[in-house]
Amino acid sequence: MANGIIERAAKSTPAPFARKIKGLSDRAIAWIFITPTIIILLAVNIFPLIWTIWLSFTNYKANRPNADVKWIGLRNYERILTDSDIWLTMQATAHFLIWTLVLQVLIGFALAWLINQKFKGNDLWTTIIVLPMMLSPAVVGNFWTFLYQPQIGLFNYVFAFLTQSDPTSFSMIGDVALAPWSIVIVDTWMWTPFVMLICLAGLRSIPDYIYEAAECDRASKWRQFWTITVPMVLPFLMLAVLFRGIENFKMFDLVVQLTGGGPGSTTELTSINLKREAFEKWRTGYSSAYAIILFVTVFGLASIYVKALNKVKER
Amino acid sequence: MSVFLRDLLRFRRGPWEMVASIIIALGVFMLMQPFILFGYTYSFIITLVGTVMFLIVSHFPQ
Repeated sequence: MANGIIERAAKSTPAPFARKIKGLSDRAIAWIFITPTIIILLAVNIFPLIWTIWLSFTNYKANRPNADVKWIGLRNYERILTDSDIWLTMQATAHFLIWTLVLQVLIGFALAWLINQKFKGNDLWTTIIVLPMMLSPAVVGNFWTFLYQPQIGLFNYVFAFLTQSDPTSFSMIGDVALAPWSIVIVDTWMWTPFVMLICLAGLRSIPDYIYEAAECDRASKWRQFWTITVPMVLPFLMLAVLFRGIENFKMFDLVVQLTGGGPGSTTELTSINLKREAFEKWRTGYSSAYAIILFVTVFGLASIYVKALNKVKER
Repeated sequence: MSVFLRDLLRFRRGPWEMVASIIIALGVFMLMQPFILFGYTYSFIITLVGTVMFLIVSHFPQ
């Protein structure tokens, strides 16, 4: 079969080109194939990264391309790392990141565990649960803005019904204390199905005979859960946390649609703040330094996380 | 503990990666903690040192 494909490919190669590559080694042919990919990778990924590093040491402003670009050393980094407003956006990001990860892992794992039980309508429920994940973040942001409305919002009415309070007595988006929680709720609602799907894949990969052996050894359900289910799903769960952690660290669209970073700057995550610095204030050098700080943070975290993931997989 | 220190002195990957990971984690905690501005100021250099160290020590022998 493979030989047939090779022969057909050889026959369909134009004669002048075939003559040219006839004397080339396998290594040279491999280089011919991967060179375009390397060039595109260098142009699209590596060059912008190096250029951003260089810009972070300058006072460059993209809206003044003809102005003199001065080398200002570490001054951009110094300004960012002593700015208490940016420190607050880092704290807002940490709040968002930690709570979304905790809630998504707990609820996602619980849903996966429930869906994994055999019951009628199993597939239908899976489809219904997965629906939020398929929506556009802009659409989700918009319709949750309506749900959070104090006068007409369904969220306020349901919450007020459950707590026997007045639905207009609180505003999820307008209140300084509640706004950070409003974005946590929406992100959890939207992305828990993703964690659930990954956990479900992990749960379905556990062979039944392991549980049967545990039953023979008279292990309780609780013990089976902690000594079989959790350790075997852990690599999948860690992958889900890695994906969601990186995504949420650079969360932008959903929060912009929902709160726009407000009230004040209580929900202004680092990505929103970075966009303001780069494309509203046009401080390109400054925002490049900001981006490098975020890049190093995510890269460092991802490195130790991948190491931990490999260790868990080796067990 | 003595094995950890011995491997550290012999430039083995495991303990050095552990040290680098702790430095990165400390840097990220300092970046996002809400307590001391001083910690935030020095968070980046600590994360950077940890990350570069991690890249280097991950090439040490096992």
